[in-house]
Formats: sequence, structure tokens, C-alpha cells
Amino acid sequence: MSAAITPIVMPKWGLSMREGKVTAWLVEEGAAIEVGMPIVEVETDKIANAVEAPDPGLLRRRVAQEGETLPVKALLGVLAPAEVSDSEVDAYIAGYVVPAPEAGEEEAEPAYQFIDVEGIRVRYVQRGAARRVPVLFIHGFGGDLDNWLFNLDAVAERHPVIAIDLPAHGQSDAKLPGAGLAVLAAFVVRFLDRIDVTRVHIVGHSMGGAIAAQLALSYPQRVASLALINSAGLGAEINTGYTEGFVAATSRRELKPVVEQLFADPQLVSRQMLDDLLKYKRLDGVTEALATLGTALFGAGRQTASPGLQLEATGKPVLIVWGAEDRIIPAAHAANAPPGATVEIFEGAGHMVMLEKASEINAVLKRHFAG
Amino acid sequence: MARKLSMKQAINEALDQEMTRDPSVIIMGEDIVGGAGSDGERDAWGGVLGVTKGLYAKHGDRLMDTPLSESAYVGAAIGAAACGMRPVAELMFIDFMGVCFDQIFNQAAKFKYMFGGKAQTPVVIRTMVGAGFRAAAQHSQMLTPLFTHIPGLKVVCPSTPYDTKGLLIQSIRDNDPVIFCEHKNLYGFEGEVPEASYAIPFGEANVVREGKHVTIVGYGLMVHRALDAAAALAKEGIEAEIVDLRTLSPLDIDTVLESVEKTGRLVCVDEATPRCSIAADVSAQVAQHAFRALKGPIEMVTPPHVPVPFSPVLEDAYIPSAERIVAAARRSLKEGKH
Repeated sequence: MSAAITPIVMPKWGLSMREGKVTAWLVEEGAAIEVGMPIVEVETDKIANAVEAPDPGLLRRRVAQEGETLPVKALLGVLAPAEVSDSEVDAYIAGYVVPAPEAGEEEAEPAYQFIDVEGIRVRYVQRGAARRVPVLFIHGFGGDLDNWLFNLDAVAERHPVIAIDLPAHGQSDAKLPGAGLAVLAAFVVRFLDRIDVTRVHIVGHSMGGAIAAQLALSYPQRVASLALINSAGLGAEINTGYTEGFVAATSRRELKPVVEQLFADPQLVSRQMLDDLLKYKRLDGVTEALATLGTALFGAGRQTASPGLQLEATGKPVLIVWGAEDRIIPAAHAANAPPGATVEIFEGAGHMVMLEKASEINAVLKRHFAG
Repeated sequence: MARKLSMKQAINEALDQEMTRDPSVIIMGEDIVGGAGSDGERDAWGGVLGVTKGLYAKHGDRLMDTPLSESAYVGAAIGAAACGMRPVAELMFIDFMGVCFDQIFNQAAKFKYMFGGKAQTPVVIRTMVGAGFRAAAQHSQMLTPLFTHIPGLKVVCPSTPYDTKGLLIQSIRDNDPVIFCEHKNLYGFEGEVPEASYAIPFGEANVVREGKHVTIVGYGLMVHRALDAAAALAKEGIEAEIVDLRTLSPLDIDTVLESVEKTGRLVCVDEATPRCSIAADVSAQVAQHAFRALKGPIEMVTPPHVPVPFSPVLEDAYIPSAERIVAAARRSLKEGKH
């Protein structure tokens, strides 16, 4: 019978996660659970999120206590149907051993790869079997590939995934190939050439969405479909107070109120998140590159290009996703979606909807790629 | 891309990258190239503990071995700085700084002020600080408070390789004289350091651990002792917040005050002797500006007011330990309001 027991374990959100803190249980013992239902809140040094049910069943036991810090894959709780006896559940808990990390798993760094594209060293991740068209993730202004922390693994269940740090972002070199959308789209294509990928689905967030749309216009043969998340390029308005504040902030105290604008719930901005952003922003050349990019793409308080408005002509399937409380690019721009596009608006989420509503976004993305 | 470096390697990389970036950066010091009798080229030693090893091969005569005369070469570095260079002078041990106090206190620190801002002195004096090296009373002191006392000097004492590289780069780019204090017992301490250059601004303390019950303030090696203490306190259910000051002049008292306003308790840890120390300074400022936030007496954990002992047993007892920090935190929580 113990085969019917499903463990709920401490997830591994991102390559650097080693442990997490259980902050709150969201369901009572004995409650009926559906797949995808949030069960328990976990906080890491990067972000807080809910662990979701991998299988249906009854929540038979809460093993982890609220406030407890546990390693990745530690047993948090037990799901099982009613016919499994309490003693079987007890035996399962008693016999549970935290699995040792798989070979190579402990070494966080090798999972990131680096490749030279036109003299700029680019960091990226690539994983998943290659039998389907890969999904390329492009982050936004000032972001990096870790913005997709909660999304890559979920999408990788069915599609190979690739996520890039754009030039002057994340751990790619602090150099720009140029500042316009066309130059950046061309750069992403050169990157795909370098890693021998011909055609991709693209998920683009914010500025990354505008790059994705431009790429679909300029290189339609390289793009299977588009998913644009809180995307630039679908209208003129943008909160340049945010982009300029992000560039100008030099201390944690200055950066915090700026970054809080990204989330519907400002509590999600942790000290670690700000420290990581400051570490990035302090690299030589980054501030200058971001200022150049910001001026080129959203100078004079408006977006300078709207490639997203021309997508109908490409005939590509387009998914538009928005957090309703986006304070950077108004969710009203979703109304400018090309005819035939699927539009999903999420209440209670801001600009970083893929972090704030990860499971919902993952479900929507999977449906989109399944066609 | 970040990889692990020791603090010693982080210093070397910061110097190397700044020398590559800016031709006005030069290095002066005793044995920093090869030492007496060495031609410096084949296997240059790179200073008493090898921190500048390898730089001579890359940057040649921009590294200068000096005579054993701190007063002469520190003065020369300050003069070169006033004339447009960005010298980094290595003065082996802070304990020897006394022979060049006029150059530092009365010249370098005063130029900008006395010449109405028309002169600047972008010099860095790198120096080893701290006890625990079995090097006796004349090579083991934590003399940071002598320098924070002087307006016009900036004083830095990092605790990690990441901070070391970023703060040393900032020190070199800064237009004021900087006393850059390197704890000799942290030279081998490793941590993640980006390959690219970056500068950490002065006057920003780092909250290295968050907690709500008691604030522990320290710098240099004491940050690590505080972290050990916090781990022990956590087992008792006491969550300590640790503030690493990183730069002592300028001092980020705001971050300390914010933390004390949250916790209501303060433990100041300092490896300097207690009178007029950094711990005394921080304690006084908190008492003055956040008195109402305090729920108990401020605790100070420092060595006794004696020279650093040569006996290893006594030296170990001299340096503030995690156990003493734990005891101080417990005292701060026991007394006062609840």
C-alpha cells in the first residue's frame, strides 16, 4: 500500500537553493488535496512561495513544523488516500531518508554555461531532452535568468528550456552590442546560432517580451510561438520612475522602494534579493549600460518601439500574460494584444507575475506550448 | 562569473585589475616585489605574506620595493598622490604606522581641507591588523580607532573576500586617503568573488544576518565570531541580527540604529582595546540617538586594556570569543525591559 503514499518534500527552487524554511501550512491534516493545490509556504533566502501538491490525496500528516528550516528534499508532509492506515503513514515517515544529491547536483555552478557571442560572454542555462522545440526565456530590464526560478523546471517537464542573461545583465559581460530592440533581437539570434538551436518558442518578460516580439518580426522562421509576460512593446506607457530609479540606486536603502514596485506584495522583496541586485549593479560598466539601454528603449518617459502591435502579420500563436497590479507597464496594454492571442490577467500579482503566480503561469505556459 | 577566492587572492585581483584599468595606480612597500637580494623577476615573493605575488611580472616597475623606512615611503606615496598618482602603499603591520603619523595625520588627512578642496590625496595604505597570529604585542594590534579619530581619513576593515575586493577597488578610486585594514587571520578565508571589477561604496554597513532579539555590531574577524555566537544563540531561540560595519570612517550608524530600533538590544564587538574604541563609539552614538529604543544595557565585548600577549593561551583569551559574545547577548536580554 505504501506505493500510494506521496511525500511532499522541500522543493529546490533554483540552482543555489540548499534549504528552505517552512513558514506556514495552508491546509489542515485530513484535507482533500487536488493536484497543483498550494499546501505549504516555504521561504528561501531569495523568495517565498507555496509548495504545490504533486498528486491528489488526503494530507495525512504535517511532518515539518512551521518555523523549521530543512534541506532540499526533506519530508514536509505525507499525502495518501484514506485506505492507507495511520501505521503505514507512521512507518513511511519513520523510514524516510532525505535522498543524497544526484551526481553533479551539489555543484551549482556547472549548470550555468557560458559562451562567447560576438565578443560578449553570455551566461545561460539549457536543459531538458531535445525532442521538442525548445522554449527560450528572455528576462527584462535589470533582470537575469534567475527570474525564471520557478518556471524553468515546470516547463522543462515537456520541453527543452533555454534561459539567457542578456548582455550587461546577470553574469553576462557588462557590454552591449547596441541598445535598440533590433540589435538585441539579432544578438539573441546569434546566441541561438552559437548553441545550434534553429527554432524556439519564446517566453519574454517586460523588455524581454519586446525583444521576443521584435525577433518574431525580424526572424519569423526562428520563432514557433510567443508568450509575452507583462511585456514591453505593446503600448507607449511605462513607469520610467522605476527604470531610472533602478539605474540610479546605489544602496540597499535607495533600491528597496524601487524594487518593491515590481511586486503586488512588497514583502516579497528580501534582503538577499536586494543584495544580489546590488552585487550585479556594482559591477563595472553595468550602470552605464543600463542607462544607455533605458534611454534608448524608454527615453522621454515612453516606450520608443511597439513591435508587439505588429504580431498579427506573423501568424504566430501569441499568449499575453499580465499581473493586474503591474506598476511598471500597465496591464491595460494586454488589450493591445494581436487578434487571436490568448490573454490571461492575474489578480493579486504585479510586474513579476512569473514569480508571484508561478504555478498558474506554469500551467498557462504548458497549455500554450501544447498548442 | 563568481568563483571562490581567498581574501588574499581578492586583494591581489583588485590590485591587478585597478593597475590594468588605470596607469596612475602604483604600489610601494617593503618586499612587495622580491625582497632583499632578489632580482624580483623569477620568483618574486610579493610581500611578507605573498599578497602582491605575481603583480611584478605583469606591471613591472609600477611596483616599487622600498627601503625599510615607513616614514620615507609612506610620505613618498602621499606626495605622489598629491601630484596625481594613485599609490597603494603596503605597510606590513598597522603597529608600525606610528613612525609615519605626521605624514598621515597632519599631511594626507589635511591637504583637501587646508587647500580649500584644490588638493586631493588619493592614497591607499594597506596594512595588516589583528591578533591570533602568534606575533606578539608589536605585530598584533587592532589600531583602527587611532585612524577613525582623524577627520580626513577613511578607514576600511572588511570581513569577506567579496567585500575586500569591492572595497579595495573603491579605496583606490576614492580621492581621499584610505587606511585599508586587512585582518591577517582572514587572509586564507574563502568566499565567492565575481571575476569582473566592482566597487562597494563607503559608509554602507552590511546586515549579514537578520534577527529580531539582539543586534550584534562588529567588523573584520569579529563578524565571524559574531556569526558563530548567533548560531549558538539560535539554539536557545535567540535570533541575533549582525551588522558588519565594513567601513569605520565613514560609519553607517543609520543601519545600526535601524537594527537597534527593531531589536532594542545592542552588543558591540571590537578587537581593539576598549577605551575610545569603535565599540565605544557605536555604543555612544546608539545611546545618544536611539536611547528610547533600548530595552536593556548596551554590552561591549572587547579585549582587556592590555597589550596583546605573546603566550598563545593568553592571546586566545585576549581576543573576543563567540562564547563571550553569547554571554553578552544573554546579559543584554536578561536585564532591562521586556
